[in-house]
Amino acid sequence: MIETIEPKLTAKDFVTDQEVRWCPGCGDYSILKQVQTVMPDLGIPREQIVFVSGIGCSSRFPYYMETYGMHSIHGRAAAVASGLKATRPELSVWIVTGDGDSLSIGGNHLIHLLRRNFNVNVLLFNNEIYGLTKGQYSPASPTGTVSKSTPMGSVDFPFNPAALCLGANATFVARSLDRDPVHLRETLKRANAHKGTSMVEIYQNCNVFNDGAFEVFTEKGPKKLNTLMVEQGKPLIFGENADKGIRLDGFKPVVVNLADVSANDLWIHDETDQVKANMLVRFFNKPTDENALPRPFGVFYTEQRFCYEDAFAAQITEAIAAKGKGDLDALISGKNTWTIN
Amino acid sequence: MSATTEVKTDVVILFAGDSGDGIQLTGSQFTSSAALYGNDISTFPNFPAEIRAPQGTIAGVSGFQLRFGSVEVFTAGDACDVLVVMNAAALKANIRELKPGGIIIANSDGFDAKNLKLAKYPANVNPLKDGSLEKYKVHEIDVTKITRNALEGSGFGTKEMDRSKNMFVLGYIYWMYNRSIENSIEFLNIKFKKNPALIDANIKVLKAGYNYGDTVETPMHRFEVKPAPVEKGIYRSIMGNQAATYGLIAASEKSGLPLFYGTYPITPASDILHHLSKHKEFGVKTFQAEDEIAAVTSAIGAAFGGSLAVTASSGPGIALKGEAIGLAFIMELPLVIINVQRGGPSTGLPTKTEQADLLQAMYGRNGEAPVPIVAAYSPSDCFYSSFEACRIALEFMTPVFFLSDGYIANGSEPWKFPSGADLPKLNVAFAKNNLKAGEKYLPYKRNEKLAREWAVPGTKGLEHRVGGIEKENETGNISYDPENHELMVKLRQAKVDRIADFIPLQTLDNGNAKGKLLILGWGSTYGSIKTAVAEAIAEGYDVAHAHVKYLNPFPKNLREMLRNYEQVLIPEMNNGQLIKIIRDKYFVDAKGLNKIQGMPFSAHEIKEKIVQLLNG
Repeated sequence: MIETIEPKLTAKDFVTDQEVRWCPGCGDYSILKQVQTVMPDLGIPREQIVFVSGIGCSSRFPYYMETYGMHSIHGRAAAVASGLKATRPELSVWIVTGDGDSLSIGGNHLIHLLRRNFNVNVLLFNNEIYGLTKGQYSPASPTGTVSKSTPMGSVDFPFNPAALCLGANATFVARSLDRDPVHLRETLKRANAHKGTSMVEIYQNCNVFNDGAFEVFTEKGPKKLNTLMVEQGKPLIFGENADKGIRLDGFKPVVVNLADVSANDLWIHDETDQVKANMLVRFFNKPTDENALPRPFGVFYTEQRFCYEDAFAAQITEAIAAKGKGDLDALISGKNTWTIN
Repeated sequence: MSATTEVKTDVVILFAGDSGDGIQLTGSQFTSSAALYGNDISTFPNFPAEIRAPQGTIAGVSGFQLRFGSVEVFTAGDACDVLVVMNAAALKANIRELKPGGIIIANSDGFDAKNLKLAKYPANVNPLKDGSLEKYKVHEIDVTKITRNALEGSGFGTKEMDRSKNMFVLGYIYWMYNRSIENSIEFLNIKFKKNPALIDANIKVLKAGYNYGDTVETPMHRFEVKPAPVEKGIYRSIMGNQAATYGLIAASEKSGLPLFYGTYPITPASDILHHLSKHKEFGVKTFQAEDEIAAVTSAIGAAFGGSLAVTASSGPGIALKGEAIGLAFIMELPLVIINVQRGGPSTGLPTKTEQADLLQAMYGRNGEAPVPIVAAYSPSDCFYSSFEACRIALEFMTPVFFLSDGYIANGSEPWKFPSGADLPKLNVAFAKNNLKAGEKYLPYKRNEKLAREWAVPGTKGLEHRVGGIEKENETGNISYDPENHELMVKLRQAKVDRIADFIPLQTLDNGNAKGKLLILGWGSTYGSIKTAVAEAIAEGYDVAHAHVKYLNPFPKNLREMLRNYEQVLIPEMNNGQLIKIIRDKYFVDAKGLNKIQGMPFSAHEIKEKIVQLLNG
């Protein structure tokens, strides 16, 4: 077979002719841009890529990607993608979802996707609000969120999405932000490289219904105080002048001043350590809480575990090896027949 | 001792006992032996919803009715000739099913004080002793005792020994009907391959039952039911859910598409999953999803990827799938949805049968989302109907409902099965990239059947997006344009309507093309209607029978057919569903005959209505 060498694709090749219709200033624009930018580097032909979404602002995403795509129904993208990946394991499948779509109406499919560990990527756009339905609180909204449906403040205790995913035995859990394009692009590449379900929670600003929900993690002033960018093999360091760190005091993470503690004594990030990952995702304080730990970003956890679609296909291979390829006539007639003459 | 032998044309036996007594196995063994002998046969298992309801109680009674004959049989029979009861509760629950003069074979050990109390007979009343069964012939046998005697020295405890009681009954019935026990011996050898001690024990008890008939000192009657004059050919016994499984695999083979089956366990549809999951050598992918919604949406994902995608459930599960069926409909992807109907509403009667989901299949989605419907009328027809549902789905790029129900799903009959070569090839061609330079791909462009192309991921140059939002004609792009929406609703309806050009015309099953009364049936009422109509015609009544398999769209000639009769009667196991559609569509003043008891019609009930309408 002679293969023609195709020119490398560019971000532009992943742009469709459809007008992008998110509100001006929406964080989704940045995420779309980063995904389109990263795609050519992945080296996957466009026809082998499928974006599957549910319902919500983020779920319009597939219409803007020049790949195969399905804008399905509310909450079900994970299940649609499961069926697709189970039958077409060679495809690169990306699930685009939001906090309402995947933590509320689609919560069940999300946890089952993670335990089955299909080799797909999940981009969970978390803006802690329902945008498409115009401003109701979501299962990720902090208690007390004043929204259209909670004028006196919400009384729901929110999910911690990363902790939920680890609890469901996810094999890749990461968090990034719409406002940090470089970090987001790197995280997307890591997600793609991981074999198994890669969960990327992306903090995304809804400038219409929940503006500034994450500004303490994105704006120049408070950002350095409140965020902790984790990197494999590196100590957990943050702060205005990278002057603070996290040290484990037994099983208790404590904030220390680097002036007092050697960097060698800090918590060194090991994304293969499940126990530590479980602690890390529990860094979920409000920045205003007393003794608040900074909010971590980066790849928290990775694990190599078999993927559902591989085991699924292996059983078919095994059955054919044991019984031979199915014989329709033998199936229909069965073993007990009789003849009427 | 010699017994007299009486020749019968057909016999109905009802086996009844605790759900742990092995009643279903006993019934299906006799069925298989009778079928092998060449009788025509029809069966109706009837079991409780609880896996193991309290022993000895009415709630725990499991039944298996079978009818076999030297004539063609189409139902498991109305009343039974022989009632086999393992305990007092089984007698109490089923005595009304026995014909006057019928035979009761009773395990006397099941009528001790404890069992009588559990069956809620008044104190000191034993129906076997108090003369209340005078109009029947009662054979009391202490099955428990003889079984234990037969297994003395086997090393089994009494609890294990008692598990073989059903084999004694089976052996005895084989003797009564002059049948060889060889088929069941062969079955036991396979079933307990890994445990030879169990093979020996069961065969010993089976023989004990047979020999009991031969040697017992009481005069016993034997019966003979000769083979039925059925069409020549090779037969097997088939149950509806099993036939549906084979129909799906056949459609997969004939279309060259891998089969994906996304489902969630539910009675009475689960057996399709059990059967399919045993046949991975056909490349079948069975996915037990986390819920009904994931079951259907995973199938939609598989359909998008180019698989023959199927999901199945019963009424409650179909309700949960409703939104996703609408998605498959608007995206115009092929999908087969199987509904093995049970009694409703809500959880309803999970193990009983009903035809109460026709309107759900017809209208049970938001917006206007007509889905074609194919309904099976017998166990073996589940094969052809599921295959046909796949054909329509693939040819017209649409979800299709295949309706079955608990009666035919679990019922069995002999089947002169086809060979794979007899089945039509299902031609499926995925879209190819024939675009000229600069030309845009139009995923919603239609062919002469109004079906769109199936462009699957992996096809270079045909990258496109589908979804649940209204789409612009041809391009498939999101469109909120008012005229476009109206056009698309009409186009999708027209596509479903056009299927009528590609299905067989409605035929009459029996009777004259014009006349006084047409019985219009659908689904599992077939056998009862067929039997009733044949009897009525033999008695000189002017009645005909048509059975509709295609319920959406209807065959093109149905309107004309309905006009050829003075009256139309529509018997249904529901409160009147097909009748609503027929009245709405054809302005025919049809009459209904409705039974909503979780049980199939008896032929007698239908016959009575025919007589009433024609004599009235």
